[in-house]
Amino acid sequence: MEELTIHRLQFAFTIVYHYLFPQVTMGLALLIFVLKTMALRGDHTANMAARFWLKIFGLNFIMGVVTGIPMEFQFGTNWSRFTSASGGIIGQTLAMEGVFAFFLESSFLYLLLYEERRLGARGHWVVSVLLFVGSWLSGFFIVCTNAWMQHPVGYEISEEGALQLTSLWALLTNPWAIPQFLHTMVGSVITASFGMAAIGAFYILRGQQLALARRSLSLAVVSGVIASVLAPMPTGDLQAKLVYEHQPITFAAMEGHFHTQEGAPLVLIGQPDLDEMRLDNPIVVPKMLSFLTHRRWSAKIRGLSDFDRELWPDNVELLYYSYHVMAGLGSFFILIMAASAFYLWRGKLHQKRWLLWILMLALPFPFIANTAGWLTAELGRQPWLIHGLMLTADGYSDQVVHGNVLFTLIGFMGMYALLSILYLLVSIRIIVGSNDAPVEAGSRRS
Amino acid sequence: MEAVWFCLLTWMFGTFVVLGGSDLGVGVLHLFVAKSESERLKVLGAIGPVWKGNEVWLVAAGGTMLLAFPRALAVSFSGFYLPLIIILWLLIFRALGIEMRQHVDDRLWKQFWDVSFSAASLVLAVFFGAAIGNVVRGVSLNEKGVFFAPLWTDFGVGGRTGILDWYTVFVALAATAALAHHAALWLNWRTDGAVRERADRVADRLWLPVLFSSLVLLTVSFVVQPTGGDSLRARPWGVVFPLVALGSLFVAGALRKRKKPGQAFLASAAYLYGMMATAAIGVYPYILPARNPAAGLTVHDAAAGAHALRIGLFWWIPGMLMVCGYFVFLYRRILGRERTLGLPGDPQVPHRSQEE
Repeated sequence: MEELTIHRLQFAFTIVYHYLFPQVTMGLALLIFVLKTMALRGDHTANMAARFWLKIFGLNFIMGVVTGIPMEFQFGTNWSRFTSASGGIIGQTLAMEGVFAFFLESSFLYLLLYEERRLGARGHWVVSVLLFVGSWLSGFFIVCTNAWMQHPVGYEISEEGALQLTSLWALLTNPWAIPQFLHTMVGSVITASFGMAAIGAFYILRGQQLALARRSLSLAVVSGVIASVLAPMPTGDLQAKLVYEHQPITFAAMEGHFHTQEGAPLVLIGQPDLDEMRLDNPIVVPKMLSFLTHRRWSAKIRGLSDFDRELWPDNVELLYYSYHVMAGLGSFFILIMAASAFYLWRGKLHQKRWLLWILMLALPFPFIANTAGWLTAELGRQPWLIHGLMLTADGYSDQVVHGNVLFTLIGFMGMYALLSILYLLVSIRIIVGSNDAPVEAGSRRS
Repeated sequence: MEAVWFCLLTWMFGTFVVLGGSDLGVGVLHLFVAKSESERLKVLGAIGPVWKGNEVWLVAAGGTMLLAFPRALAVSFSGFYLPLIIILWLLIFRALGIEMRQHVDDRLWKQFWDVSFSAASLVLAVFFGAAIGNVVRGVSLNEKGVFFAPLWTDFGVGGRTGILDWYTVFVALAATAALAHHAALWLNWRTDGAVRERADRVADRLWLPVLFSSLVLLTVSFVVQPTGGDSLRARPWGVVFPLVALGSLFVAGALRKRKKPGQAFLASAAYLYGMMATAAIGVYPYILPARNPAAGLTVHDAAAGAHALRIGLFWWIPGMLMVCGYFVFLYRRILGRERTLGLPGDPQVPHRSQEE
């Protein structure tokens, strides 16, 4: 394998695995904050539910921490030329994440998980706010860092050729960062809502933990339907427009749009064929792509064939599929959550066993959609590491003996396989082990 | 401006050594000072509420280094590729050791995680010590300003150096002893009964080796890295740091004997800060010294742009003041309590831990 490929594979593998957990904790932090707020107003069931979800939160948080530290390190170990050139800029946001988010989360997590009695209702609510703020700030600083790589702002190139910060404000208010942050957070709330709904549905179908399950399911359906709608409109739409404006090649590739045309169709399904430059078995909505992009049915959209092949993302097919998997699943999320919300409003959701089954089995799909979304962002940026400034091929640590990287890639795979087994084992014990007895803090005999 | 950030960075790494180091040392001692289940819970309870926050000092120190000295981070992290990734794996295992054991009520399961926690802590202490040794000794930077260090070569400090040579191995052992001593003082303060007595004995036995190895380090380092002498000649006031370190170590020993465990722990913290500051002032103005002194990476070479360094201070200082606030709040909470804390994770455990 080529050196660059191994570095990319290791980063891709570790970041995809890592992001399975923060997408749970960021969304869940919001939902737990809502439950704790309800509890503060005297809702005892909500408080019971919050205690249960805190156990899930704690496990996912630990997984996020132990798989997150390798991400920070790899900037230096595997991407040293990138870090050396851009650290003066992204060092700001990454250090901010440490100072403003990690300390806050890690210092107060123990209090949130284990000290409800000592803190009292109000104190515990305050800590739930702190964790919510900390985890969302962490998301903001990371998205800001990524947004700068997608759309560099607030920098200049010094005489020696180094990238230097000129405006921290520009970095933090990067026009790319705001929609990307909102879209990412909405995605995280979708995962947490579907997770909460799935476990709630599981309990109701089994006839266990009913009070807790119903309260959780109701909250999850409300947050789920809101987040599922916000994902395409406006957050996804805003982001797609940014991609069209600043990364038109990426836009054409992810949409499967090969040739420049007026009144371009929106591809729903189809398999890209790069040799023939066409889409096999297409199902399209005529003129829709032009309308979505320009709000004019006949607007012209540039196709992939218009651009220099050197500047194409190096894996157009994977990019296309990632984007379409995300968008397709997103549409299903709206359907499922809209149906659930309808029956919830009519007070019949708990009797609709078929819908509860669907909610329970839908659990993996938000994880897939979030992952596919990030793959779209990262594959779409290729061949650039910093868009327009540094190629991915120029960013990795070329002095690292490449057998070492292969070894650590394999090591990470083994390590994370072990983590997965432990995670599933403990999750199942938390979920299935919580029997009909109401969940009191600490009463479960681990 | 570079000097300011160099001081702040030293302070951050120093704080990690003092706070995170005590958790690491507790891991090293875990199997020796705690034999029964209730004793193990006591030991884990003594670090349970704080270890996660303490570990952030390492991550945040890395972030701060990236902010202020991106080139130093890039060159050193990629040069020490293999040991750093191994450190990551060990950090994962250590965290699992603390967090997983409570989830299954089974003797073998708990034994497995106790040993994971302890073994991973021990190797981490050794690796962190070796890392400091490597920075002080200097690395083989080539003409492109980069290096790649294998784990070991011939264990000599000349020629092509590995991560482990006689000098760095000595630093690693000294650091492990110092952290174990530091942690023994923490347990001596924060636990009771048989655990406290064993911890007291460990601290008693380790004191002399720690003193001896510190004295050796403070002399041998100047031979291994001659630029250290130049640094001290340029800044003679730097002598104060090794003196503070040694003085604090004597004070720590005396206070422990007088049954003042809290103050003894604080004195040990001052000793660790003093040693870290000595290492920092010894390498300054280099942030990554080389075997060939002229090739070393100075704070000036490695620094980010002037604007980044200036604007960074504006948010970094208030941010870290806030962080200090959290830690004062947290430590006051746990220090204000009776000594026997629960297992990290289950407030009820102390009442039902009579199995064994």
